[in-house]
Amino acid sequence: MTSSYARTDLEGTVFAGRRARRRSVPWMAVGAVVVSLLALLPLGFVIVAVFQTGWTTVAELVFRPRVGELMINTVLLVMLTVPLSAAAAMALAWLTERSDLPGARVWSWLAVAPLAVPAFVHSYAWVTLIPGMHGLAAGVLISVIAYFPFLYLPISAALRRLDPALEDAASSLGLSPANVFFRVVLPQLRLALCGGGLLVALHLLAEYGLYGFIRFDTFTTAIVDQFQSTFNGPAANMLAGVLVSCCLILLAVEMMVRGQERYARVGSGAARQPRRVALGWMTLPCLLVPLAAAALSLGVPILTVGRWLIAGGTEVWRLDEIGLALGQTLVLALLGGLVATVAAIPMAWTSIRAPGRLQRLLEGTNYISGSLPGAVVALALVTITVRAIPALYQTLFTIVVAYGLLFLPRALVSLRASIAQAPVELERAASNLGRPPLKALWATTIRLSAPGAAAGMALSALGITNELTATQMLAPNGTRTLAMAFWNYSGEIDYAAAAPYAAIMVAMSLPLTWLLYVQSKRMAGR
Amino acid sequence: MSLLELRGLRKNYGPVTALAGLDLSVAPGSRTAIVGPSGCGKTTLLRLIAGFEAPDAGSIALDGKIFANDTGFVPAHLRGVGLVAQDGALFPHLSIAENIGFGLGRRAERRNERITELAYIVGLDSRMLKRRPHELSGGQQQRVALARALAMKPRLMLLDEPFSALDTGLRASMRKAVAELLETAGITTILVTHDQSEALSFADQVAVMREGAFSQVGTPRELYFKPRDRMVAEFLGDALVLPARIIDGCAETSLGRLALDGSAERREGGRVMLRPEQVVLERETKADTTAPQPGVLYGEVMEAEFAGATSTVTVKLLNSPGFPDAAAISSTPLVLRRAGVDTPAVGETVRIRVTGFAHVLAQV
Repeated sequence: MTSSYARTDLEGTVFAGRRARRRSVPWMAVGAVVVSLLALLPLGFVIVAVFQTGWTTVAELVFRPRVGELMINTVLLVMLTVPLSAAAAMALAWLTERSDLPGARVWSWLAVAPLAVPAFVHSYAWVTLIPGMHGLAAGVLISVIAYFPFLYLPISAALRRLDPALEDAASSLGLSPANVFFRVVLPQLRLALCGGGLLVALHLLAEYGLYGFIRFDTFTTAIVDQFQSTFNGPAANMLAGVLVSCCLILLAVEMMVRGQERYARVGSGAARQPRRVALGWMTLPCLLVPLAAAALSLGVPILTVGRWLIAGGTEVWRLDEIGLALGQTLVLALLGGLVATVAAIPMAWTSIRAPGRLQRLLEGTNYISGSLPGAVVALALVTITVRAIPALYQTLFTIVVAYGLLFLPRALVSLRASIAQAPVELERAASNLGRPPLKALWATTIRLSAPGAAAGMALSALGITNELTATQMLAPNGTRTLAMAFWNYSGEIDYAAAAPYAAIMVAMSLPLTWLLYVQSKRMAGR
Repeated sequence: MSLLELRGLRKNYGPVTALAGLDLSVAPGSRTAIVGPSGCGKTTLLRLIAGFEAPDAGSIALDGKIFANDTGFVPAHLRGVGLVAQDGALFPHLSIAENIGFGLGRRAERRNERITELAYIVGLDSRMLKRRPHELSGGQQQRVALARALAMKPRLMLLDEPFSALDTGLRASMRKAVAELLETAGITTILVTHDQSEALSFADQVAVMREGAFSQVGTPRELYFKPRDRMVAEFLGDALVLPARIIDGCAETSLGRLALDGSAERREGGRVMLRPEQVVLERETKADTTAPQPGVLYGEVMEAEFAGATSTVTVKLLNSPGFPDAAAISSTPLVLRRAGVDTPAVGETVRIRVTGFAHVLAQV
């Protein structure tokens, strides 16, 4: 009896030992590599396409006046929109988080709400309001309006989490409030500014619908136009090559500016809540800032969509058609958001906890994939499925993979920010208490960064709801999402028939945007 | 002549009263400790002095210059008051050298020399200067915070529980080093703490705070041996509080007739305080406890808890002193902390003597 007990014990120990050894595999790193390899597919496609085209044709297609023109447009768009968006987002974030502005909570929500309006609906609203709008100025205006919340969210979250003791220390060292802002607060917002700025810039490079409406040509609009005329032509592929180069440059710039500093709070205990600055007589002028932002980013779309809905009356509400589109959009958005977030976890964790050259490279490939226009990712997946695995061509699987690749950066940015704020000491404490690495991770960092993960998922789902080009190319036959229906109707200048779809997309995005807003508040423990 | 003058300072947070009218004078070059349980308003007081918040009423003046009163308010960055926060509050995005030199202008004269000098003064290795705050230990971070505040040459330095995050040994040595350093520099200091031994050993003047008001302000000695009431007595250390009758300038207690320290006019008291170290226990091997000499007290050791340098003994009185109603006054066993060496064992009989004076407590 005793000997058999002893043997069982021994076996148990050996088994446990073996299991422990097996768990020492760096699963997070492995996961990050697998996700990165997948993310490399579209880039690989572009490179292979360049090689197959041949150098002389490539040179012919790239070095021509048209490409120069597109380059100037794209560069100007990014250089103007990102700083303007950052300034607007910073002003709004400061007013809503650090001043005693009346109704700060409402303004804060209204600063996030424009995310519920798809970029091309913003454009549609402005064009139908002022039909003559076109060119760079219009592009910059609508882009700032459509994308500043991507900067507002991380900046306001970071502002809320800043330890006010630092600002107290700086002012006790003789710094005026303005100097405290520039020397202490602003440097602390660097991660938020870089992450948000990169996100906005990548959207500018990848957006098609917004610029299509106002006839402003960027690389992406040119690629889609080429693609639509010649399906899989070398001209579109070469433009994609140039676009990829632009993304690489953006990425390099962000990496240089972001630096490697630590921003988590040094010291123990919980931070005191920041005080709000009393605006005094400045209250009224300051109220104009959020008011103007809300009027431009929400008032205009509501006004125009509302006008078309009234003009269209009840006939535009074809319920059978709309219901089908709604259901399909929901399923795709939720699946895609989940895939993007889960795929982002290993990458986000590795980049905060085990940063290194390889990891930066891997992360960079994910950004590149996410910055490619939906059309390029879709084109790559179309080509690969048709050539290698025809069974997957135009299936739910393929389109969800495409969404995962496209929206990985969104999930990554918010996950990375929230993991950076979760102290590594907790993770160590959990392993110290006997949790194996993955369980320790789950019990501490992943739990703590759950709000960030939820925010990332919501952001991705939001993007998918409003995604157009990749959906059109990859979706199984018979799919007609809200965005597709909207685009088709407004393409036929049937603005009234398009209006219900715009309204539904906005209404559907609102709860997700609300979730995003609430989670960003909760992230700061409120 | 005092450097800092607080008059009638009040501060409310909504319905919560944080400060309920405080007065305090701090002499130039002195060290004051403000001690009290958490939530008593001591951090609020510090924030008002530093200028992070404005008082609801009352005035703050430093060296005759009004910092805050009913008509105006000088913001923190114009006050020249140094601050070392609980966990240092170092700027995580700057190196140690940049942290220390933060308040100096970027092109200040001899900036680098001064940073090195300050680091030397607070005992930081110059190799640390290139590092980042999170690479330093807690004690080193506090040194950096101190150097950073010293760089501004403040006349008044506020220390907000700066030693509470450090381990016991380090805490004592840091406290001593900081006290000496500030004294040499001639900087008036206010320390906020919840640790009474820290307050007593650090300061020339101690203020015990409770519910937004000072219970008592005085020298450490005064507060320890002549606390105004039971709360102050027990907050600053172990205390034996005995019911007593005050007769002819003496207190009749269960420990016999005790000499008073001049606080006999507080007749209403009815309670006197002794510090446990005033009670002497002598081993008595063949004591006749049934028929003791008058005025001699015996006790039996009920419990003895050894804790290294000290041990705690609980003694039950075996007889009552010779006056009539002493038995009525007599009460619970005495709990005394002794030196750990040669403490009587459980069951032993001891003779009890009291040295020094008893102090009459005010009724709360």
